[in-house]
Amino acid sequence: MKELKIYARAGQGAITSAAILGQALFLEGKYAYGFPNFGAARMGAPMNAFLRFDDKPVRSRSQIYHPDYILIIDPSLIKSLDCFAGFKEGGTAIINVKQGSEIPTLNKQKVITISAEEIALQTIGKPFANTPLLGAFARVSGEVRLESLLQAITMHFSGKRKEALDKNLEAVRKGYEAV
Amino acid sequence: MKRFLEGSRAVAEAIKLCKPGVISAYPITPQTHIVQNLAQFVADGELNSQFVNVESEHSAASVVLGAIATGVRAFTATSSQGLLLMGEVIYNIAGMRLPLVLTCANRAVSAPINIWNDHQDSLAMRDTGWIQFYAENNQEALDLHIQAYKLAENKEIMLPVMVCIDGYILTHGHEPVDIPEQEKVDQFLPPYSTSYKLDPSHPITMGYLADPTCYMETRVDIQNALDRALKLIPQIAKDFKHTFGRDTGGLVETYRLEDAQYALIAQGSLAGTIKQVVDDLREKGKKVGALRVITYRPFPKEAIYQALKDVPNIGVVEKAISLGAYGPLFTEIKGIFQNRPENPKINGFVAGLGGRDISQETIIEVFTKLEGAQKDLEFIDIKKELLNGFIRF
Repeated sequence: MKELKIYARAGQGAITSAAILGQALFLEGKYAYGFPNFGAARMGAPMNAFLRFDDKPVRSRSQIYHPDYILIIDPSLIKSLDCFAGFKEGGTAIINVKQGSEIPTLNKQKVITISAEEIALQTIGKPFANTPLLGAFARVSGEVRLESLLQAITMHFSGKRKEALDKNLEAVRKGYEAV
Repeated sequence: MKRFLEGSRAVAEAIKLCKPGVISAYPITPQTHIVQNLAQFVADGELNSQFVNVESEHSAASVVLGAIATGVRAFTATSSQGLLLMGEVIYNIAGMRLPLVLTCANRAVSAPINIWNDHQDSLAMRDTGWIQFYAENNQEALDLHIQAYKLAENKEIMLPVMVCIDGYILTHGHEPVDIPEQEKVDQFLPPYSTSYKLDPSHPITMGYLADPTCYMETRVDIQNALDRALKLIPQIAKDFKHTFGRDTGGLVETYRLEDAQYALIAQGSLAGTIKQVVDDLREKGKKVGALRVITYRPFPKEAIYQALKDVPNIGVVEKAISLGAYGPLFTEIKGIFQNRPENPKINGFVAGLGGRDISQETIIEVFTKLEGAQKDLEFIDIKKELLNGFIRF
């Protein structure tokens, strides 16, 4: 069983990220359980999304306290929250960074940074850093194939504008290539 | 077909398969996604149903009461304050013997306002005559709704069913769900048909005045129908398995209770976390097990007794409290062992109120507490520094 914890603000697509990643893993025959933990139910409030995944059905419904992976969509949260509490030794954090972001140094875990927001602005035209981060996660972790992720994104955008889908696929690919 | 779905979507898919003629609801978190999905199905022409928008939950419950009274299958869903506002109508639906199915996306009740998960809302409706199921995961949430209509509409039962699913944990949790084929659901659940309906060509009255000469018998009739449901629920679960190949529903689920010295009882999604901990502790040689109460009303006392009679140390972990007394399930579990030869030690734990997370570490701690002194009521993961801190009188 592997556990992923996403740090974001409400409205930045953390739940969608967990759902898309879970969908991609599901397409590969794995079991996944993705779920949110909201604070105050309003845009901009800090929140988490979680994803457990395994080769067998996932039963535990508690929040995740000892993640193997951490995704930080909004780097401003690092100052106000202990984003690395309980982080497993040998784990990997993937952080969206902007100019001036303080990048933590961890001794027992790997930290990967990516200008995900910049990639999102170039590809989607909106600051959806979560989408390139998913591509980066696929590359860095090796837990999910890029093709599965692209297929999951395609399913998520079914019924929506083709243009929006293409831009998001491009954002995932660019994120994959950036790390 | 297997899909990776949010629990609310899984429930909406189940309802679509059951083809209710009327759906009415008022949005409330964390239930909203269920009826939002259903409204979309209706708008897209995927579900031929009348979706009635209303101004409150009291009206939503009244609309579906009216619909089902005319012999039309109906559905509504709600949470927390919404369910409480329905309260008056909830009693009427059971009293009129109308086989409605309602999803309760379990959420805490006010005050203070809290949108997160616990079981205080559906527990407040415990004594209404409704049947109550609690789902552990999204698959079961889907399956139980199909079974719920089958049970409710049985001529020996004719009572409403509330399917309780944990808010956020299931309603907003995504996981793989197998969606049955329409053909098989049609075969399992034929269209609702009854002569007990409001029909101008054969006029009847429902919910009429019952004075002291006859009111009490209406309550005994409900009690007897619920007793029959105790026998029918396992049969429906068996038929469901025969049709769909899946073991879901029923009265209780036992987990590794053979030779167990310590067992925890829970309802809903918490049972999943407990099963995980049971496996972890078993690997370390601890003789632990679990019992999940799926059907809470009617209360399956014989099934629980049979499952637990050889376990000397029992803990009930529940997300509700009868303030001034104990956890409601604890009280009933204690009652089961009255006048029985076995006299297990039974501890009561209340946890997870207002969405406080129940971690695997907490469950391990609760198992450890079963080795200590008997306590009727123990609150778990309490911040002592916050007690008496909210209101100054």
